Amino acid sequence: MELTTILFYLFASVTLGSATIMVFSKNIVHSAFALMFTLMGVAALYVLLYADFLAATQLLVYVGGILILILFGVMLTSQGYSLSFKTITVNLLPASLISVAVAVLLIFAFLSTDWTISEVAERSDTVYDLGMLLMGDYILPFIAVGVLLLVAIIGAILMSTRLSAENNGAS
Amino acid sequence: MEILMNTTIFVPGLSHFLVVSALLFSLGVMAVLSRRNVIMVLMGVELILNSANINLIAFSRFTELSLDGQMIGLFVIIIAAAEAAVALAIILNVYNRFNTINLDEINLLKG
Repeated sequence: MELTTILFYLFASVTLGSATIMVFSKNIVHSAFALMFTLMGVAALYVLLYADFLAATQLLVYVGGILILILFGVMLTSQGYSLSFKTITVNLLPASLISVAVAVLLIFAFLSTDWTISEVAERSDTVYDLGMLLMGDYILPFIAVGVLLLVAIIGAILMSTRLSAENNGAS
Repeated sequence: MEILMNTTIFVPGLSHFLVVSALLFSLGVMAVLSRRNVIMVLMGVELILNSANINLIAFSRFTELSLDGQMIGLFVIIIAAAEAAVALAIILNVYNRFNTINLDEINLLKG
């Protein structure tokens, strides 16, 4: 039995198990920490798919950035202590029906399609090729995404400073 | 058991990764539909984006898509970061105005 196989099943079960804990946990802080393990498992799956740069980016951006933002959101929007960390679950039956239907349909479609698989050569690292692509074929989306990030940052800063200005005016 | 695990159906191929991403997607849909905390819904959206990313990178590994799939995955991660920042700023504004982040109680267009 190959090491890759063991690692795949290990990381897939870590990813799916902690995603399940994230969805069904009653405590939103537990959900956020389960999301961290899910994102790390996904990064490990990226490594198994020869995407080392994307795995590093996933760890930096998701675990180091988005998760911290989500935890800040949890802290800043909680009234009182642990009471409001509890979150309400509604529509349990229709939601689970729809998601099970989605899962069954997707898995059926994935397994019944005859994919044309071509084995690419094992990559040692992808950073050089990704950099050449970014400066070549993908130069326009690269610039557009830079402008998008700038707009998003300015928008987020504007919204939150207006918030604190209103708070100061009220008090 | 050893013989069972050595058969080719258990060696991770394209469809194994696709099945993992399909299950992750349905868990994300479950979180978006059933939870009423805005932050939980946001986490469900992150799960959905990650499952799409696994698909893109699995196809870039196993088909002729090559590095283009990884490139699109990179842009998905960047856009997810921008989306999370703006969404949390909106959530803080909503919390400041309505004093709740329950989606069912936020039902006014003009605060």
